[in-house]
Amino acid sequence: MVEVTDVVCSLCGCVCDDIVVEVEDNKVTKVKRGACSVGKSKLMGHNRIKSPAIRVNGELKDCSYDEAIKKAAEILAASRRPLLYGWSSTVCEADKVGVELAEEIGAVIDNTASVCHGPSVLAIQDVGLPSCTLGEVKNRADLIIYWGANPAEAHANHMKRYSYVSKGFWTEEGKKAKKLVIVDVRATKTSRMADVFLQIEQGKDYLVFSALRAMLYGHEDVVPDEVGGVSKTDLLETAEMMKAAKFGATFFGMGVTHTGARHNNIVNAIQMTRAAHTHTKFSITPMRGHYNVAGINQVCTWETGFPFAIDLTRGYAWYNPGELSATDLLIRQECDAALVIASDPGAHFPGESIKHLAKIPVIQIDPFPNPTTEFADVVFPVAVSGVEAEGNVYRMDNIPIRLRKLIDSEYPEDEEILKRILDEVRAIKEKEGN
Amino acid sequence: MGTKVNLISGRTIVQGRNLDSKMSEEYFDEVARCDLNKADMDKLGVAAEESVKVKTSYGEVVVKAKEDAGTPEGIAFMPMGPWANALVSGDTHGAGMPSYKGIDAEIEKSGDKVLHVKELMQTYMG
Repeated sequence: MVEVTDVVCSLCGCVCDDIVVEVEDNKVTKVKRGACSVGKSKLMGHNRIKSPAIRVNGELKDCSYDEAIKKAAEILAASRRPLLYGWSSTVCEADKVGVELAEEIGAVIDNTASVCHGPSVLAIQDVGLPSCTLGEVKNRADLIIYWGANPAEAHANHMKRYSYVSKGFWTEEGKKAKKLVIVDVRATKTSRMADVFLQIEQGKDYLVFSALRAMLYGHEDVVPDEVGGVSKTDLLETAEMMKAAKFGATFFGMGVTHTGARHNNIVNAIQMTRAAHTHTKFSITPMRGHYNVAGINQVCTWETGFPFAIDLTRGYAWYNPGELSATDLLIRQECDAALVIASDPGAHFPGESIKHLAKIPVIQIDPFPNPTTEFADVVFPVAVSGVEAEGNVYRMDNIPIRLRKLIDSEYPEDEEILKRILDEVRAIKEKEGN
Repeated sequence: MGTKVNLISGRTIVQGRNLDSKMSEEYFDEVARCDLNKADMDKLGVAAEESVKVKTSYGEVVVKAKEDAGTPEGIAFMPMGPWANALVSGDTHGAGMPSYKGIDAEIEKSGDKVLHVKELMQTYMG
């Protein structure tokens, strides 16, 4: 048995890097400390896709990697409007090859940001992001606000490692010397810990951000007695807590990105943070979901200039979320083939979009069987990044961290499969004289 | 005639533990469900673990009902996943993001079976 320390978790955007596991006979046998129950579940492993496979007469039939590579390359080379989607639960090295493949075949490349923090990206492009690292929050913040987020269930180590419960250089007393504000539609495990819980009416986030902005700028006289289901008294108390903080940190989740005003909610959240700057230090950070969704945004940006929803069919990069986001392409029934990697649109896309995805040829690259596998036409099992493969990822605050390899895998890495598909596509194109 | 609700979805810790194990029974038990306030459960005449049909303009699914005091009256919460998303429109109003939360829905008591993941995905084919 070998004890491995400083293991990095490849589950959520927290990318915890202080995990200790035991490895025996090329298996992770125990997660000793550091991981939350979600991360532990990832490290201990699940049922795998056992073999590459190609769908024949409605059934997936096992085949060799060579046969699957050939089939996948044929599908992509023949496609007039391919969609390459996912990229958030793999490493940047694989993502880079993905962009190269998109360029080679003239594809739209999109990532899971388009169904989680895409609106946050749009807002940040609009008004910027006064943010900081999670280390800054840990060491400095004495007021934490979670808005439309439930970290106790979705990012279970976030409060312990980085925010409310953590102890840092200037926050050595931990939560005893901190305040926690939760803004949510539902009472949750997180809201039960709050000093102030603002239970707002669904879809009224924009109004409540505006009310707090007005109060922070000293215009509470214009705020009515109730805003979005929250009393003016509670809003004033929150605004006073924000003003009195030495260092405030807001984290927001899909409670604000998934509702009516979408990116406008986030613009207003960022402007509320700016309003707080007239009194004290304040930061704002999106609670990114997948462990490397921030990383694929980085890779797409440095390779194409844009973070998601990028069309590379024109010979230059064209960016237009709302037109080129995967769900938009699918409801318009525009793409005629798709490669899905490190994500599961079968589970997480709207039913209306899945209908088209189920009709077109789909290539899936993933360690685990999931709803997407049910309609995938070519399936590649791969190594689990962070357990069986190493590589670079970006934490939710855009800090790069290198995933470690703990055990050997019988499966190839994402990057290798993508490179082989790319080589095969190039060979087909050369043969055809393109 | 069912009860009109505002449908939202989101993560749960058991859903998260099964992100890479979505074909499991634990994922099915956790995600194919709808949380409602006691007042809404009483209005529908359903007890916990009884089935309800949730309908929107974009689809309908049958899931198990669960009482949750934290969910306000008039709100229905479903863990994010294939059952909740069967009810979501793909239209992003030109903004790239579907409306996963704040969907007008109608809920009624149902004697129908809750479809398993494989059965649910089958409905998208053909």
